[in-house]
Amino acid sequence: MAAKVITITSGKGGVGKTTATANIGAALAKSGHTVACIDADIGLRNLDVVMGLENRIVYDLVDAVEGRCRLKQAMIKDKHIPGLYLIPSAQTRDKNAVSPTDMIRLCDELRSEMDYILIDSPAGIERGFRNALAPADEVIVVTNPEVSAVRDADRIIGIIEAEEKGPAKLLINRLNPEMVRHKNMISADDVVDLLAIQLIGIIPEDKNVIISTNTGVPVATDGKSLAGEAYRNVSLRLQGNTVPFMDLSKGSGLFGLISNVFGTGE
Amino acid sequence: MANFLTRLFSNEPSSARQAKERLQLVLINDRTNLTPETMDSLKDDLLDVISQYIKIDPKSVKIDIAQEGREQRLIADIPITGGEQRRY
Repeated sequence: MAAKVITITSGKGGVGKTTATANIGAALAKSGHTVACIDADIGLRNLDVVMGLENRIVYDLVDAVEGRCRLKQAMIKDKHIPGLYLIPSAQTRDKNAVSPTDMIRLCDELRSEMDYILIDSPAGIERGFRNALAPADEVIVVTNPEVSAVRDADRIIGIIEAEEKGPAKLLINRLNPEMVRHKNMISADDVVDLLAIQLIGIIPEDKNVIISTNTGVPVATDGKSLAGEAYRNVSLRLQGNTVPFMDLSKGSGLFGLISNVFGTGE
Repeated sequence: MANFLTRLFSNEPSSARQAKERLQLVLINDRTNLTPETMDSLKDDLLDVISQYIKIDPKSVKIDIAQEGREQRLIADIPITGGEQRRY
């Protein structure tokens, strides 16, 4: 067993990296894989609350790097899903406590025991991002269909290529099909056209994402939510399966029907 | 519905269209580090140099950045004028 290290990054903050990490991790573990999710955002710990594990933290990433604990001791077992682990970030103020070499060493130590190691990168293109990128075998760039997020994604994709970690794969998050239909949001096709990298998933905007974050249970475990299904599809694609992209274009309700009749859809 | 009616009676491109077109320009600048101003002075210099050797009509010259996936390339289409000299 030799784990694949997948780094999840974005450039811009707030596009859903942490939510994506938690959900892809949960979905991969649900398919029977062992998965370690590492929060690489030092000083701004968040993956723990999204995964609902904030009360179980004893040691963190910096403790493991600085030798205050063994790596195993910093790994928190998920409450619901067997095979899913979290290595939380530190809330220390020293962002330079971890180096890219530390991250490579830490992932190498984990590789023999895991199938997947997911790294939740901090926003930006500074040290934290470099740390998250250093051990990556594969990179997923998360963006929203919105000008500033797409622009930052393009910058990040360029850096990933320059670091010879590319080509990155694209995850479009928070797509609102209704707005796309009314031509008030860039479509997934247009984002792919602009960024020119392979698409790994489209996550529709879904209120269940916020509800699931409230309770700390990833939406990927919710059989009824659209976003959950989209995340499970991402996980299947990462495992090498060909899964068609969900058809989000059909209008729902009366207005959707009228719009389609009037041909505002396409 | 108001939105739909507004669009029906106006020629303004949709906001999604505008976003895409603005991004296309911004991304070229970001990727190449070329602002529209630099592009213009590149064009002027290029035409100056070429004019020293051959006759060209600056107005019919097209210099643009084309995209192929994530690759950019500078494409110059420069028709040569003054072909009549060769007929002697």
